[in-house]
Amino acid sequence: MALHCGRACRQYLLHLAHDNVDFRLPEIKALLSLRKRPFDTSETFNEKSPFWQLNGLSEDDIRSVMSRTVCGKSAFELWGHGTTIDELRTSLLEYPAENMAPYLQQNSTYKINVYTFNKTLSIIGVNLATALIALDFLPFKGTVNLKDPEHIFCLLEDYGSDPNDIPEEPFHMYFGRWIADGQRELIRSYSVKKRHFIGNTSMDAGLSFIMANHAKVKADDLVYDPFVGTGSLLVACSRFGAYVCGTDIDYNTIHGIGKASRKNQKWRGPDENIRANLRQYGTESLYVDVMVSDASKTVWRKNAQFDAIVTDPPYGIRESTRRTGSHKDIIKPPEDFSGESHVPVSMAYHLSDIFADLLNFAAHHLVLGGRLVYWLPIYRPEYCEEMVPLHPCLTLTNNCEQTLSSHTSRRLITMEKIKEPEDSDRLAHLADPRFTPYQGHNSFREKYFCGLTKKNGKDSKQLFAK
Amino acid sequence: MKLLTHNMLTSHVKGVIKGYPLIIKATEVKVNELEFNGQFVSRMIPKLEWSALIQAAGWLGQSQDLPSTLIPDYENDEEFLRKVHRILLEVEVIEGCLQCPESGREFPISKGVPNMLLNEDE
Repeated sequence: MALHCGRACRQYLLHLAHDNVDFRLPEIKALLSLRKRPFDTSETFNEKSPFWQLNGLSEDDIRSVMSRTVCGKSAFELWGHGTTIDELRTSLLEYPAENMAPYLQQNSTYKINVYTFNKTLSIIGVNLATALIALDFLPFKGTVNLKDPEHIFCLLEDYGSDPNDIPEEPFHMYFGRWIADGQRELIRSYSVKKRHFIGNTSMDAGLSFIMANHAKVKADDLVYDPFVGTGSLLVACSRFGAYVCGTDIDYNTIHGIGKASRKNQKWRGPDENIRANLRQYGTESLYVDVMVSDASKTVWRKNAQFDAIVTDPPYGIRESTRRTGSHKDIIKPPEDFSGESHVPVSMAYHLSDIFADLLNFAAHHLVLGGRLVYWLPIYRPEYCEEMVPLHPCLTLTNNCEQTLSSHTSRRLITMEKIKEPEDSDRLAHLADPRFTPYQGHNSFREKYFCGLTKKNGKDSKQLFAK
Repeated sequence: MKLLTHNMLTSHVKGVIKGYPLIIKATEVKVNELEFNGQFVSRMIPKLEWSALIQAAGWLGQSQDLPSTLIPDYENDEEFLRKVHRILLEVEVIEGCLQCPESGREFPISKGVPNMLLNEDE
């Protein structure tokens, strides 16, 4: 368990939050990729664990990742670790003294925190642990300052993942110097509950930041959302410095008029639109434009390119899927508040067409290396990986599931553009059936409601609650 | 609607071949002051159709002596970048319409938001 190395090969420990577990590794990998760094960890790496060791990184790399991640709670410079207290002690004693010295100076102040995963330690237990470290293991020369110390250290203990079977002793112990916290505070400060303008399907703050991270959005990028709704994804992308634009077929949502989504409110107020949301968080300068437009009939010129496309297409459940179309396919006339917007005819926009169009759009309108991140609704009993739509110009990078109910989930798909489209790509489906527009989604709506009627009404209310 | 967006929009009326650029007919234009970001402007310039941008700026009376062709080494010319920043991001069409140069079809702009929807027969 020796950690003797020069500055270049220091080890870091990432402490991750225990929610959105499947989304964490793609997020960290994407953020490392922004620094052009690979994800390099120990052989005993367990993706489900809340503690990850990272190798081959600099402190700046770590700070950069922590300035963006909403999955990562804190990062530490790892000084020692082990499966027993003796192993931890040996490991700490082997850590080069010259690497420790700058933080243990006589005239400095410090604090040691103890964090136990899956167990609550008593105060006595905490004191014992910190005393052991401070007095026995390491030459701390400075003074303790609990309020405002210069250096913070942490002892982290992993008691496993089974809350019904908590061991006496931890499975693993880590000790390190605290570097930085992640951005989980954004989940609270950007909460949809406090946002000026929301809709029925506004994306929850945590997930919207995860999406921006999966998409490798960075400052001065131009990001587009073709199903922008109330702009929650644009809000998240603008937080990371990207300029944002979006389109939506719904005139009322784009203009921020019509019926409100909040319980005690009948109509929307004057300050309810996407631009106002960006203003609320101080990123109005990154607002480019929103437009009323049908995603199936692109309005962008041939070489218009975006750095990233981040979107949540309609599933046909809480908002209808619509497109402008011919007279033959009338479903029902849309309700418009003002009457002037109106799309004369709406026809059901088949789900499979949405994704085929979206991938095709991304192939043409992403920069090379740019990413498309979108949610794919799944009927779980019939899901297989071959169902995920593919395109010859895009490579599938991530596929993370968020379960919604026993029979439905949605998957956050990340694709990266690897080549410019050629005419021959239009015939790609002849060579490989996975390039054919996926048919299974068309019946998603039927299956969703069919599954619900079999259960009691409680299920539908819990479905989208977070 | 900002001119950055306008530069990337094209007419999608059925059968139209030369739908770019859309003609701007503005009845209300606003100029907002926005913090200058040279990095972003430099990144966007290679993606723009430069002559369409100059033409659009002209329609709105905002030409500012910008050259009709791109100058080399613009990344280091801050005065130039500031002018481009202004026409890309600070000038906004609030009311008016965008007209397809071939079919004449007009797409209204209301409260700064263009409505690009076509009817079923277009």
